Amino acid sequence: MPETMTPTKTKASTVKSDAPPTGRKRLVKGNEALALGALAGGCECFFGYPITPQNEIPELLSGWMPKLGRVFLQAESEVASINMLYGASACGHRAMTSSSSPGISLMMEGLSYIAGAQLPCVLINVMRGGPGLGNIAPSQSDYFQACKGGGHGDYRCIVLAPWNAQEMFEFPGSAFELADRYRMPVFVLTDAVLGSMLEPATVPDLEQLPPPPKMDKPWATTGRGNRSHKNVANSLYLVPEDLTEHNERLQAGYREALREVRYDTRYLEDAEYVVAAFGISARVGYSAVNMLRKQGLKVGLFRPITLWPFPEKALAELARKVKGILTFELNCGQMVEDVRLAVNGVCPVEFYGVAGGVLPAPEDVANVVRKMMK
Amino acid sequence: MRDEDIAVVEEMECVFSRPEALTDKAFHYCPGCTHGIVHRLVAEMIDEFKLMDRTVGVCPVGCSVLMYDYFECDMIEASHGRAPAVATAVKRTDPNRFVFTYQGDGDLASIGMAETVHAAARGDRITIFFINNGIYGMTGGQMAPTTLIGQRATTSPSGRDERLTGAPIGICELLSSLKGVAYLARVPLTSPKNLKDARKHMRKAIRAQLEDKGLGLVEFLSTCPVQWKMEPIAAMKHIDENVVKVFPPGVFVDCVGDLQK
Amino acid sequence: MEKVHVEVNRCKGCGLCVEFCPRHCLELAAELNAIGYHPARNHDAEKCTSCALCADMCPEGAITIHRKKRSKSA
Ligand SMILES: Cc1ncc(C[n+]2csc(CCOP(=O)(O)OP(=O)(O)O)c2C)c(N)n1
Ligand code: SF4
Ligand code: SF4
Ligand code: SF4
Repeated sequence: MPETMTPTKTKASTVKSDAPPTGRKRLVKGNEALALGALAGGCECFFGYPITPQNEIPELLSGWMPKLGRVFLQAESEVASINMLYGASACGHRAMTSSSSPGISLMMEGLSYIAGAQLPCVLINVMRGGPGLGNIAPSQSDYFQACKGGGHGDYRCIVLAPWNAQEMFEFPGSAFELADRYRMPVFVLTDAVLGSMLEPATVPDLEQLPPPPKMDKPWATTGRGNRSHKNVANSLYLVPEDLTEHNERLQAGYREALREVRYDTRYLEDAEYVVAAFGISARVGYSAVNMLRKQGLKVGLFRPITLWPFPEKALAELARKVKGILTFELNCGQMVEDVRLAVNGVCPVEFYGVAGGVLPAPEDVANVVRKMMK
Repeated sequence: MRDEDIAVVEEMECVFSRPEALTDKAFHYCPGCTHGIVHRLVAEMIDEFKLMDRTVGVCPVGCSVLMYDYFECDMIEASHGRAPAVATAVKRTDPNRFVFTYQGDGDLASIGMAETVHAAARGDRITIFFINNGIYGMTGGQMAPTTLIGQRATTSPSGRDERLTGAPIGICELLSSLKGVAYLARVPLTSPKNLKDARKHMRKAIRAQLEDKGLGLVEFLSTCPVQWKMEPIAAMKHIDENVVKVFPPGVFVDCVGDLQK
Repeated sequence: MEKVHVEVNRCKGCGLCVEFCPRHCLELAAELNAIGYHPARNHDAEKCTSCALCADMCPEGAITIHRKKRSKSA
């Protein structure tokens, strides 16, 4: 795995490009970048229900989409939203919803149906604090929900975790490409800080957006037209052998999707200790790494971009070279379980995290790394 | 074909056969269950309006969960109660489609009440065929929101008690206040004459969509002989004698109007 | 060709066609069909008017109705 160990190199997935090249650099808010990115990525219809801290996404789309001849509908609930996604995606359209943690919880049954029927769609979760009503402060507590199921049955979602406004713009488009390629739901998993942060990013103006791509989806329930057979969107297989076979088909697709694994690394060639973090905590973690580097300490950053598929091979190789890995998350320890599984005891893995909305400072993370180094 | 056959065929004409929109597959319903009648009526309508190439049907979770096997058109199997939300998206992403849902009373009036009411309130251009058999058929005869007072069900073993569980919900009465509804009618499936009325209602509920007027819904007072523990004919008599008193048949909303002759 | 053709192995012997035939020319057979029901049959083709009411009430879509072409009989 040589090239991935070089600094600031991002492992490319097979997705052709994350974003159309057109655009200009300007200050853009994370949620706005997501909304623009969805349109640039060919989102044909959006269904959602208001919830803080992601309301700018539906608010912006409600103005933009009708102008572009695309469908926007504020649903009566997240339950309705996800089932609208199911209908639209069954008909072959690029469909998206966005919500925040409690709303995503309500979508889990529908998501399981979408996965079971092998339909592509994109969900954005701008995570907030939980459990329960929690609060509207930033959190990464829905890692398990996004990566390990959330709904019932053996299904998977690809999960993309952006860490700046540029990726907030690019990832919805990547998500649509991946969703269509593997016919499965894709999450963009982000949080309240990234959603409301203003940052420079290269994004197109609304007028520059390309129309949604015309795609051939021979399985779609568009109405038969002059097709010789009917299409059915379905996840019901009453005969156990049939459901087993269907599950094997799904799993085979998930195994294919493993090749889409993406991660970003900084200062790993000589690193003795590594901070592993995603999304906003990778930003904080990277600042901590830079502070420690200035003090001459050999510390690097490992940032999973796809949380599923998880970059377990890269981490396993890394574990053989380093003295320890600190997993830093805004939760009580979720991704750390995957890190430990990947590392498999080869080097020590420690966890630092807080849940509830408190964002630790880089200094806090640096202190934990220093303690590890002793 | 032999010559004699041709001679016979020439004398006789077919006046009633299975609609083309139905597949050949035999229904899995219990003997005398009216699900089969409504399936056939829906298929007749698809044939009559020549809608096959642009129809997308949305099936429920309930006894009719397998109905996608019985129809020749494209079908989507929705989760329990959410068919109107699914149908809303199917229609809005391409208004040229003809979109119908087919839902039982547990599906539509209990778990899916919110989706039903909001699709109706928005006036989504979809057509809903609502099978009210007053009970949960598929799961084994539990009480539904439409179960009659005093009616026994497996979760109301001594009869539905209004003080404990409220009174049956009249979906037509409930939805008739919503502006988005363009056609709304209730009909019992208990005689050839009533089936004739049912067809009239279905035509209008379909035209409500095709003529861009709003949501159309037909409620069919249906039998569930097995969970009611009645013979099929007795079940129909029960509707005529008792069920219609709680759920009076008729047209509740008609913004569609009659076609000029 | 029969006026009333019951597709025997689709029939579930529910008796609705028998009940709603205004001419009382249907009955359930004593023998069982392939799926274990007593299928309906037309025992009096003379009386049958091909009105199709029986077919209309059949939940299985098991009945096909033919009638003599009117032009010929006129
Ligand atoms: C979320 C969810 N809850 C419960 C069920 C179980 N369930 C299946 S069908 C059904 C009720 C069906 O009753 P109804 O809609 O009246 O249709 P019928 O079977 O009488 O035709 C229920 C509760 C389910 N499939 N999904
Ligand atoms: S249980 Fe009731 S509703 Fe279901 S198929 Fe049997 S008779 Fe029909
Ligand atoms: S066609 Fe009419 S008369 Fe003949 S068997 Fe059927 S119901 Fe009776
Ligand atoms: S109505 Fe149909 S299923 Fe019932 S007995 Fe007659 S032919 Fe058979």
